[in-house]
Amino acid sequence: MEQSIKPAPPTAAPPDPVLAELLQSVVDTALAIFGAEASSILLLDTAADEMVFEAVSGQGQDFLVGSRFPGGRGIAGWVAASGEPMVVDDLRDNPSFDRSLAQSTGYVPNALMAAPLVHGERILGVLEVLDPSPGARSALSELDVLALFARQAAVALQVLLPRAPEPISADTRTRDELRRLLSEARDLLGE
Amino acid sequence: MTTPRTSAAPSPPLTWSLRGRGPLDVPVEADSPPEPPESGLVGGSGRGVRVCVIDSGVERDHPVVGPVAGAWRVVKDEAGVRVEETGEGDVCGHGTACAGIIRRTAPECELFSVRVLGERFSGSGEVLLAGIRWAVRQRFDVVNLSLSTTHVRFTEELRKLADEAYFQRTMIVSSAHNTRVESFPWRFSSVISVGSHQEDDPGLHLYNPTPPVEFFAPGQKVKVAWLGGTEIRTSGNSFATPFITGLCARVLSAQPRLTPFQLKNVLYLSAANVRIRGGP
Repeated sequence: MEQSIKPAPPTAAPPDPVLAELLQSVVDTALAIFGAEASSILLLDTAADEMVFEAVSGQGQDFLVGSRFPGGRGIAGWVAASGEPMVVDDLRDNPSFDRSLAQSTGYVPNALMAAPLVHGERILGVLEVLDPSPGARSALSELDVLALFARQAAVALQVLLPRAPEPISADTRTRDELRRLLSEARDLLGE
Repeated sequence: MTTPRTSAAPSPPLTWSLRGRGPLDVPVEADSPPEPPESGLVGGSGRGVRVCVIDSGVERDHPVVGPVAGAWRVVKDEAGVRVEETGEGDVCGHGTACAGIIRRTAPECELFSVRVLGERFSGSGEVLLAGIRWAVRQRFDVVNLSLSTTHVRFTEELRKLADEAYFQRTMIVSSAHNTRVESFPWRFSSVISVGSHQEDDPGLHLYNPTPPVEFFAPGQKVKVAWLGGTEIRTSGNSFATPFITGLCARVLSAQPRLTPFQLKNVLYLSAANVRIRGGP
């Protein structure tokens, strides 16, 4: 499957610093928790039918943010379209795994976890974790942890993303959502 | 499978009550489920059973998947939503993975594909609904749906379709969402809903005594077919579902006249955690 990554256009608007910091903290934390090689947040640009790297931690951190690739394809495309998380292994032996895309990111993973960034019925994008360390993975529960991070990112996006159609008015709901997230995080961490 | 299950016979009028007719006027040719538990409740190879995978497409000529008897895609554009034949295989790998598990479980079934993901605008509830509607109207014997929608506005239409499928003996096997999310149609009792268990046994299925997820099947680090004729390992309810789909195909190939409720009963009786009172 031929795919290519387009670098960020030089005219792109400067990112909201608070949003950028929040999303960066999500990918940094995901990277640390999973002992991964890379973690990224991809946002869906439905008008252009593309996905955009919005935050990256680890491999590709220096050059991927703002890059775009065609939506609807590959694992990130499936996750964005279906609204379901996905975990795959043994990719490096797989000659057809979005190789052109993976190579243009400068890193070809062997394992990949991806969860949708969902708010209500809207899918905003995808959170990816590349090559989580085997010790940090615990089978199915890893999907729960990843989904939790994805929800944090989605709530952050909902509050701060200028493109989101229902922005700040959702204050109470958002606060409730954050409270739920915190309580679920405690559950997952066994506190 | 014999023609009555697959032919598109005109629908009889709705029956509100049995008036002017007696039991002899409504004979039912039936298959009895096999005796539990040793006699191979899920015997059969899938031969003659038409199974449709609604997903991202299925790769052609994949060594693990084998022949795909027909492939369609749902297209949405300015003219509306329509279903058309397609020569393109899979754009992601997910549908191929599901098809491979069905083939492994029911080697002789006939596999069909309807692609609802991977096109522009795809992934919308509307496209998914169109794909399910089309598959139901084609009267496939089993429909594998490792997808769901969270869009509540499609719920009623989905429920009607699931009922239509149930009454015409099209068994929809539907994945529960992987996270704690309410989505459809797996929540309906007219479908078979499937989640993952964490056991290593690749042939183990369990009945959930506290539905709505009715059955659990292997869904952890499952070896699946992937793009380019390859295989990878992946986890999730998506991959537990086609195992149950394959079991349904096997059961139906041995007993083609089973109704969806009988089919569920076979899966129930053959589940590893269901113990019949007085049994071994």
